[in-house]
Amino acid sequence: MVAEKSEKRVLIAKPGLDGHDRGAKIVARALRDGGMEVIYLGLHQTPEQIVRAAIDEDVDVIGLSILSGAHMTLFKKVLSLLEEAGARDIKVIGGGIIPDEDVPKLMDMGVMRIFTPGTPISEIIDFVRDL
Amino acid sequence: MESESYQREKKRWYEKTYSASSERDADFVTVSGEPVDLLYGPSDVEDLDYMRDLGFPGEYPFTRGIRGNMYRGRLWTMRQFSGFGTAEETNRRYKFLLESGQTGLSVAFDMPTIMGRDSDDPLSEGEVGRCGVAIDTVVDMQTLFDGIPLGRVTTSMTTNAPASVLLAFYLVTGERQGASFSQMGGTIQNDILKEYIAQKSWIFPPRPSLRIITDIMEFCSREVPRWNTISISGYHIREAGSTAAQELAFTIADGITYVQAGIDAGLDVDDFAPRLSFFFNAHIDFFEEIAKYRAARRMWARIMKERFGAKKKESLLMRFHTQTAGCSLTAQQPENNIIRTAFEGLAAVLGGTQSLHTNSMDEVLALPTEKAVEIALRTQQILAYETGVANTIDPLAGSYYVEHLTNKLEKEAWDYIEEIEEQGGVLKAIENGYFQRQIADAAYRYQMEIERGRRVLVGVNRFKRANEKIEIEILKIDPSVEKKQIEKLAKVKRERSNAEVERALEELKRRAQGSENLMPAILDCARAHATIGEIINELKSVFGEYREQPIF
Repeated sequence: MVAEKSEKRVLIAKPGLDGHDRGAKIVARALRDGGMEVIYLGLHQTPEQIVRAAIDEDVDVIGLSILSGAHMTLFKKVLSLLEEAGARDIKVIGGGIIPDEDVPKLMDMGVMRIFTPGTPISEIIDFVRDL
Repeated sequence: MESESYQREKKRWYEKTYSASSERDADFVTVSGEPVDLLYGPSDVEDLDYMRDLGFPGEYPFTRGIRGNMYRGRLWTMRQFSGFGTAEETNRRYKFLLESGQTGLSVAFDMPTIMGRDSDDPLSEGEVGRCGVAIDTVVDMQTLFDGIPLGRVTTSMTTNAPASVLLAFYLVTGERQGASFSQMGGTIQNDILKEYIAQKSWIFPPRPSLRIITDIMEFCSREVPRWNTISISGYHIREAGSTAAQELAFTIADGITYVQAGIDAGLDVDDFAPRLSFFFNAHIDFFEEIAKYRAARRMWARIMKERFGAKKKESLLMRFHTQTAGCSLTAQQPENNIIRTAFEGLAAVLGGTQSLHTNSMDEVLALPTEKAVEIALRTQQILAYETGVANTIDPLAGSYYVEHLTNKLEKEAWDYIEEIEEQGGVLKAIENGYFQRQIADAAYRYQMEIERGRRVLVGVNRFKRANEKIEIEILKIDPSVEKKQIEKLAKVKRERSNAEVERALEELKRRAQGSENLMPAILDCARAHATIGEIINELKSVFGEYREQPIF
């Protein structure tokens, strides 16, 4: 039997050009306080940079925060780059200003879950832990 | 009543009357987490000296307002921040707002424009026209203001890192409409320091950024005297999660830094200080916000007079715009946001704001629909024309609580400013991550209060129904906007003289490498139809780019 890793490694990043990092930082800190290993990549990251860092850091989960309205483009890119790199075992979750009607479309693309404003942090921690 | 006897009586009252029944289970703290006493009275303002600390409206230290007659003279400017999709669509929204009784314009640019990138830049993909209007060249700016006389309407533009470029596009647009620079009035945000601190839309490193800003101040003081060259902004600091005291302190510390930069660049303080304006948040904690604005005016007047030796009265005035707090809005039960915004707008008015943006109920979900923005504007009109709050000046002066809170916020802000100066000033504090840590800590503390249910958000952690649906209309951006904008850009590039563009860009580079004012060269780039991306890239080749050390 393969020993299971004790805690999840999570990469939090903000793709795209917007600078609203309040939510991403709170989630990063809460996941860390929840016992996970968190890498916060910071702002203005390209999908390529995010996928490369996720593979280099051997993370289990990528959390993307997008508030600029570019979510349909950016999630798609990250997912297809993971696919190309043979790293689809890395789970992708997201949050930000994302209209309800786009959520099922993102889930169909392969995003595991979208957390919109007002989500209790405990719900995010539990979800990531159980992924 | 003497303070001592008041305190004796208060103690008696507390033991006998107040404590006769128990308090409800709540944390009595402001939205900033500051404890609030159960009752304020004379002993809380015993050091207050009316003439020294408050004075009369329009007179030093301007605590009660910057104009002698305040809203009895002129109401605040109702200025809704607006922009989306293409310049054509936004132009239609502006005309709608002006016809609805709005009195000034405020441009929201999309993320590529905010970051100085063209619509066809690979990093712009998916972002064109999404959270503001896309502007690539002066041609887009001409479309944006088509039929709107720039010699008469004033415009505020939320642009920072590429502010010099968008100002140039605006001035050339006015010039082509037949207006002279001296007729045109408006504001560019142009506050780069708070970008490193909170909003994170930077391009160049701090020092060259400050040089661009002093160039703008110098140019406008000569050529565009009615232009507000910096809107020193606490708004984004607050949105990023700071407390009221931090918003106040960090904004004023930034203001001090700009004034010092202007003086260091050889400008006379009274030549540029009158064109500095401010921009604050109106969060949901009513009295704390009102106290913040009053403290801000008093602090700035004292700083300008005592620290910088400004002589002109206009140099001492903290003129400010206010926007209600986006971060106080909830995605759940969005109609409740109308009510939150109304209270926040009321606080801004009682605090003496010069202009106001009231958020639309749907701004937490998307850019606002026309209906939502109309309700937001009507909220201001009801405040101005129905509630009676504009009939008398600074009506909360003398309130034990408000005066106490005004003093307390001022003191807390001074403590922060001292802490920043001990580190060597704002630039040093940016470099060592001080602001990042302070704001992240405050944001986290606030979030944990909500998580624990100690802070109630109606419709989010209390008073909600199972399976609630959002039943308001949401504005959708047509996905073809990006393609159309890229085609427009290609057309401009085809039709312009590339030789002329190159000459203008070369001259810009030459000035950037030296110390001559950049503005005349940027204006020539704009006239030659150089793109925002081309102009910014030319400057990047000289100034480099900023990188942040992420802290969480």
